[in-house]
Amino acid sequence: MAWFRKQRSSKRPVGDRELDTAGKWTKCNHCREIVYRTEILDNASVCPKCDYHFRISSLDRLTALCDDGEWTEFSSELGPVDSLQFRDQKRYTERIEQYQERTGMKDAVVCAEASLGAIPVVFAVMEYSFMGGSMGSVVGEKIALAAERAAATRRPLIVISCSGGARMQEGAQSLMQMAKISAALAKLREAGIPFISVLTDPTTGGVTASYAMLGDINLAEPGALIGFAGPRVIEQTIREKLPEGFQRSEFLLEHGMLDMVVPRTEMKPTLAKVLRHLTGATKSAPSDAVAAEQAIS
Amino acid sequence: MYRKAEEFEKPLREIEEQIAELRRYPESMQRDVRLERLEKKLAETRDDIYGNLSRWQTTLVARHPRRPYTLDYVAQICTDFVELHGDRLYRDDPAIVSGIAEFAGRSVAVVGQQKGRNTKQKLHRNFGMPNPEGYRKAMRIMQMAERFGMPILTFIDTPGAYPGSGAEERGVAESIAVSLREMARFEVPIIATVIGEGGSGGALAIGVGNRVNMFQHAVYSVISPESCSSILWRDPDHAEEAADALRLTAPDLVDLGLVDEVVPEPPGGAHTDPLAAGLGLREVLERQLNELGQKSAADLVEDRYQKFRAMGTIAAG
Repeated sequence: MAWFRKQRSSKRPVGDRELDTAGKWTKCNHCREIVYRTEILDNASVCPKCDYHFRISSLDRLTALCDDGEWTEFSSELGPVDSLQFRDQKRYTERIEQYQERTGMKDAVVCAEASLGAIPVVFAVMEYSFMGGSMGSVVGEKIALAAERAAATRRPLIVISCSGGARMQEGAQSLMQMAKISAALAKLREAGIPFISVLTDPTTGGVTASYAMLGDINLAEPGALIGFAGPRVIEQTIREKLPEGFQRSEFLLEHGMLDMVVPRTEMKPTLAKVLRHLTGATKSAPSDAVAAEQAIS
Repeated sequence: MYRKAEEFEKPLREIEEQIAELRRYPESMQRDVRLERLEKKLAETRDDIYGNLSRWQTTLVARHPRRPYTLDYVAQICTDFVELHGDRLYRDDPAIVSGIAEFAGRSVAVVGQQKGRNTKQKLHRNFGMPNPEGYRKAMRIMQMAERFGMPILTFIDTPGAYPGSGAEERGVAESIAVSLREMARFEVPIIATVIGEGGSGGALAIGVGNRVNMFQHAVYSVISPESCSSILWRDPDHAEEAADALRLTAPDLVDLGLVDEVVPEPPGGAHTDPLAAGLGLREVLERQLNELGQKSAADLVEDRYQKFRAMGTIAAG
């Protein structure tokens, strides 16, 4: 028996962006101000003092973006397979079970049909709390299915990314999902259906290097980490400290990789506006008038 | 844990040295008998080492400093190669070579990552790690091939896209993503071959082919065993276990349905006899090109789509 034992606090599974769910008051991770928790929640999980965007779940995102907070999920039956019998310090199958139990989801993405600003759309929303939103076969399959459904039903596709990249535990199969999804998006593009990519904190690795960067319009939430290589890897490579704000949304906007940085509270109206333009919903009235005129003459 | 292929190849080098020394002696019956014995021993040792490579050892062979690189194969199997430079946007990236050439009686476009042989070349080629302009150059050449109806041959050999700050600023992720999207829709035959290291997204960026081949001792992985070990074991010294867990060899990828054909290597690996390796490559590429030449443009696009669409394993329900 040791006389002194270090009290180990249980490790928090995901980054520090999570909003503490215990207690009425909480300390903002960014500005360190003490804020009334409901005040943050009422503000779309954005700190009212400093605009820090806490990470939110895929379901909270859908609730916030879909008209009347309603959507119809599809392909929810698809689940992961440990086809490599992958084992590091823990078996992949154990990890899967653990995350499925914790999140109530089968894998790291939710696909749904819904309306946004009265425009029917197809959504794929990634869930960071499921293995860091990592992209394996299921994420690849579901986003490809979402793109194919968007093409078939001629509904715009919105993908909300939140992922550390490809899932190592599925090896090269995960890698190939990048090609699979990009190919499905190429078809969607040929069909003339809009694809809007929304990047949230974090979006890195193979997710950025495939669908997240392929939107007709790329939007990001403020302050999100977005990149291909992780900041630590880059620092090791160039043997320098990266400047503050490197690979954040604002940096990507400045370097021409994003169309807009959109605060979460304005995400829905912005998406609705963009979709109206891209789907021709704004010009339906005048063009009908022109057609009618031509019909008369 | 081995760090370099030279470490487990040491017995071979020793026997080779003995042979070389023996050859310096004047010819005699006794010398010839000993030579014959040594050469037999060399072949046996080689078969023993190369017949039982672990996945980690295969990774080291794939990175072997004497392994043939893209331009070596192009020089051997193509004629009239014209190298084309630059992405027309920023600069020419020497980590990717591209151009047009004649292969098996037809004009083709050639794209591949290029590593350097000595220190100066390595730096020039950035160790085969492309920047975004490399992928954009590759895209420019492939789009040109599409316009002129030329088949595309790609050669994959990279640790990965360069993880530098400039690469991020200039959108390396976007350059890879666009490559994946565009390659999916080209109406010409595309054959991709992993000749050495197939490092993650930076490799796949030129890997969306109607046929995907791997050399026998090449590797293709979502992450390097070292990085995987650092993340999952929190220690880079578990690379050997990580390599096994990742299943990154050519036979592994064939089993997983991700690679079509394994290009055989001469005993002791492609670096022991680069010309034999090149002949094997030429045979496979020519045969596949003939097969793909029978297909219509629409079939080429659809087959390629379905090929990648089917990759991955999922449980329904």
